[in-house]
Amino acid sequence: MIALEHVTKTYPKASRPSLDEISVGIEKGEFVFFIGPSGSGKSTIIKLLLREIQPTRGKVHVNGREVGAMRSWKIPNFRRSIGCVFQDFRLLPNRTAYENVAFALEVIGKSKAVARRVVPEVLELVGLGGKEHRYPHELSGGEQQRVAVARAFVNRPLILLADEPTGNLDPDTSIEIMRLLDRINRTGTTVVMVTHDSNIVNQMRRRVVEIDSGRIVRDQPRGVYG
Amino acid sequence: MRAKYVLSEVFLGLWRNVTMTIAMMITMAVSLTMLGASLLLFLQVEDMKVYFYDKIQVSIYLKKEVTDAERTSLEDAIKGDPLVESYFHETKAEAYENFKTMFRDAPDLVNSVKPDTLPESFRLSLKNPEEYQKAFDKYKSYPGISDIIDQRRLLGKIFGIMSGLQSMALVIAIVQGVAALLLVVNTIQVAAYSKRREVAVMKLVGASNWFIQAPFVLEAVFAGIVGALLAFGALVLAKVFLMDGSLKVLTELLTPVKWSNVIKTLPLLLGVGATVNAITGWITLRFYLRV
Repeated sequence: MIALEHVTKTYPKASRPSLDEISVGIEKGEFVFFIGPSGSGKSTIIKLLLREIQPTRGKVHVNGREVGAMRSWKIPNFRRSIGCVFQDFRLLPNRTAYENVAFALEVIGKSKAVARRVVPEVLELVGLGGKEHRYPHELSGGEQQRVAVARAFVNRPLILLADEPTGNLDPDTSIEIMRLLDRINRTGTTVVMVTHDSNIVNQMRRRVVEIDSGRIVRDQPRGVYG
Repeated sequence: MRAKYVLSEVFLGLWRNVTMTIAMMITMAVSLTMLGASLLLFLQVEDMKVYFYDKIQVSIYLKKEVTDAERTSLEDAIKGDPLVESYFHETKAEAYENFKTMFRDAPDLVNSVKPDTLPESFRLSLKNPEEYQKAFDKYKSYPGISDIIDQRRLLGKIFGIMSGLQSMALVIAIVQGVAALLLVVNTIQVAAYSKRREVAVMKLVGASNWFIQAPFVLEAVFAGIVGALLAFGALVLAKVFLMDGSLKVLTELLTPVKWSNVIKTLPLLLGVGATVNAITGWITLRFYLRV
């Protein structure tokens, strides 16, 4: 499903590479944590998988496609098979929860009728039934992240990328979000999550890939934060 | 639904930044008016050339004391000249008759001229009016000639003035055009900045590039079209109030500006306004909306 082959990423002007000869494979339906201290290069992996950046060397395969060599006009279509959640939610402040999720559908060409059918369903799934018409500032942090998860999942992507999704949330709310991601994973969606929240990693007991200074230092199934 | 979304984004974008939108449209309109004016002048010169060139003649005026022998030898030369399409001989009496008809509104002028004051002349229509100089060189040394006048030379001066005006209008069009394009670039930057969150989300969920860019490009195209229509309106007003109004005497003296020429500028103005703005907008987005 996802494969990094000897991937090196050096940002311009950086003295050392963010990722250094990384190789890792992720199967369909897996739930993988990438952990490591700040600046270890774990967020770079998310950016590579989204094709926001290209590797300096090596190959990045996602959904059977070599992302690094992908022509730029093919990127939009590629991203439709990937959902994405971030620490800062990235919701549109002037749109309600419903509109935020519907926006993601409409801008990729889905009709309003499809949105009317699918959006309430997915908002119900993330536990926001009844709050469809609240604006982001009227929702708690955890609820905002649920909206973001709903937006990422509404297309039924094959892969869900989460870049420190609990970074701005308190521990209890974080656990609720993790339950949600776990449920999504059980529908067969591959989940890749970058975090340094040790609590969560220890509770979930899923595969853990630890990165330090751009290298993989540990890769264990059902791992803990260490 | 997508078309509706794009269109509503276009008008929202223009409205959100309305002062800039107006500035963009006005500069666009001034630039295109000048472009249209320069096209009109060009068409006008072409029309005048067609109109006057088959009417103009080279006139060889003879001296009062010309002898019959001199006249005959000149006429023989003209008769056998390959440059000459046709010619006629205007006697003093004929010249006086023509003078009387031409200035029948000014009897004082007619009365001041005696029947034998006006010189007799040969009027030559050349096969190719451009070859005036050859004809001039050929006949200037014939005895009994007082003057050779080519009407084309007079027209040439008028055409010179008109094409000078045309270049001036073009220069203004280009300078204003550059200002308009900078405003387009700025407007699109502001629009892209004010919609950066939406754009980030659109990129994230995989909206196609054209879908992300279309509203911005269409904003610029819309401004270009409005500018072109304003410019066309200005040309129509100029035709009604200047050409057919205060400058009527001048335009009648030459040839009147035709409505068909004014209308010919519309597709040019629309095409230039829309295309140039679209390209500018698209290039701007290349730099400000990286995928």
